[in-house]
Amino acid sequence: MLETRSLAARRGFATLFQGLGFALAAGEALVVSGPNGCGKTTLLRMLAGLSAPAEGEICWDGASVRPFDAKLREAVAFNGHLPALKDELTAFENLAAWTTLENERADAQAIDRALADVALARRARIPARALSQGQRRRIGLARLSLSRRRLWILDEPLTALDSDGVEVLETLLAAHLEGGGLVVAASHQALPVPTANLRPLDLATVPGGSHG
Amino acid sequence: MSPTAVPQPDAASVSAAFAWALGRDLRIALRSKAELGVQLMFYVIVVSLFPLASSPSREVLATLGPGVLWTAALLASLLSLPRLFAADFGDGTLEQIALSPRPLPALVSGKMAAHWLTTGLPVAVLAPLLGEQYAMDGTELWILAAALLLGTPILSLLGAIGATLTLGARGGGSLLALLVLPLYAPVLIFGAGAVDAVRSGLSAGPQLSLLAAGLLLALVGTPFAVAAAVRIALD
Amino acid sequence: MIVNWYRYSSPISFYPLAGRLARVFGVLAVVFTLAGLYIGLIVAPTDATQGDAYRIIFLHVPTAWMAMFIYLVMAFWSALALGFNTRLSAMMAQALAPTGALMAALALWSGAFWGRPTWGTYWAWDARMTSTLILLFLYLGIIALRNAIDDPRRADRACALLALVGAVNVPIIYFSVQWWNTLHQGSSISLTAAPKMAMTMLEGLLVMTAGVWSYCIAVTLARVRAIIVERERGAGWVASLIAPQGAR
Repeated sequence: MLETRSLAARRGFATLFQGLGFALAAGEALVVSGPNGCGKTTLLRMLAGLSAPAEGEICWDGASVRPFDAKLREAVAFNGHLPALKDELTAFENLAAWTTLENERADAQAIDRALADVALARRARIPARALSQGQRRRIGLARLSLSRRRLWILDEPLTALDSDGVEVLETLLAAHLEGGGLVVAASHQALPVPTANLRPLDLATVPGGSHG
Repeated sequence: MSPTAVPQPDAASVSAAFAWALGRDLRIALRSKAELGVQLMFYVIVVSLFPLASSPSREVLATLGPGVLWTAALLASLLSLPRLFAADFGDGTLEQIALSPRPLPALVSGKMAAHWLTTGLPVAVLAPLLGEQYAMDGTELWILAAALLLGTPILSLLGAIGATLTLGARGGGSLLALLVLPLYAPVLIFGAGAVDAVRSGLSAGPQLSLLAAGLLLALVGTPFAVAAAVRIALD
Repeated sequence: MIVNWYRYSSPISFYPLAGRLARVFGVLAVVFTLAGLYIGLIVAPTDATQGDAYRIIFLHVPTAWMAMFIYLVMAFWSALALGFNTRLSAMMAQALAPTGALMAALALWSGAFWGRPTWGTYWAWDARMTSTLILLFLYLGIIALRNAIDDPRRADRACALLALVGAVNVPIIYFSVQWWNTLHQGSSISLTAAPKMAMTMLEGLLVMTAGVWSYCIAVTLARVRAIIVERERGAGWVASLIAPQGAR
């Protein structure tokens, strides 16, 4: 499904990693780890189709894809380290705006249910600026729960989540992988994913990243 | 770039994308009305400063009027440009917009339309009232409003290119001014020229036609340039 | 025979070629400029109406032409850079911008010194002067944008896009300024109403133009070489190039 061949990333004159190749099949979760600055976010942005690799290629569904490829945009749900929330809009409005943008057929009830699932039912109708960091992350989880995208790309999904939040994430990931979805996540901590589906990738062991 | 056929967005998905971005940005703008009011006040104050800097005599003000009302419109547009994309860039919204399956040129067009409706249109409506300060009479005021209605959308469109190109660049505001103001020159010339023409007893037709032509050109080309600039900014 | 132009689209193979060309055009620039100055300052006769002041056109006209022309060349390389994602095209565009800005500044400066004796003022809002001033702003905008973006690849693409937007706007700006100038008949003498060209003046002008051309080509190529070395200093071939024994 998702495959890379001799992928390389540079920042300035430093090579973050090179010769990175992996193949991820349906139902598998790639968990990228490594020290700060080793290129985890860069890799995730490349896989999401936001930036072009310095070398190598990325294949999705057997076809080589370039940044902002139309097929990839149909398939990817990207949860970056930025929340993409508008302070002026309520949690409900934010979520409704995203599902409309992404062509997910979700009605008001489904959105309310998704917010209730992440324990935000009572805060759904107040401006997002009044929400805490963890609550903002939960809106991102609610968004994933409404998403029918096949490839989830998650940058540090555990940040600011409490134990209940982690539980929600665990359920979501399990259901997604069960249904043949793919996950690529960058995480310092162990991601709550069944070991059978887990494909760890330590970027520190990939050549090029000698600078640590 | 890839040889495989890229699916062409149909009219329905283009208008849906446009409506989505327009509706969302308008809703956000209406939730922060105070900011809009401040921008409009900026226009009023700049226009009101020129008589203090020159003279209250009606002849002097009549000569200055069109230029002042237009230059202030340029500055007001410039001042509001950082808001157009910077907030979405900063909070990650722009990534999501660019990654969505909807056509990006249509999405950014919706944003630019919202920008004009909240900045250019109020200026065009307000300017005839301020024109009274500059000894303008009936026809001149109408032509001023018409020229601003045709010209301020061009400002929003061209400005959007500069606003996206400077995303994530150092020295935001003044850099934006350096990029955008030279491109504004023709709009200023034809816009202020339209009012001048009427004052000297000529028809403002040529200037207004040229503004309309410029608006069409900008409407056709800008969405693609801005979409390209958004993708460059995210890379 | 087939010339493999693609060979020269890579910085590695272009670097030595650019070095040779830069030297050739550097020599040509000196020769043409000296010859042009000789014709312009010594051979060409003094003008009946403008006296010796007109001689500034031997600098003014070629630089004004180059200022305009370099923008088009820069837009051409920018289009290639955006369309084919070629690094060298972007470097060419980057190398052209300062020279274009210099030409625009020289045209304005020499124009001002011509304006003083002929119009009685350093700056008149002449249509061409005004257009050249806006052109200078466009160049400065591109240079400033380049300096404001840290990632060279992003800067390449952003500047290329800006150059293309500018190229679409330049004719509109020229037309609008021309229009504005004819409506407000300000200055009486326009730079086009230059003294009737004597044959020697035309010769001098052409030779000076060749000199300015050669200068711009030589300087741009030299700057491209510097940009290549700066950008690729991580690559092995640059290191071997800088080391004396590895030089080609």
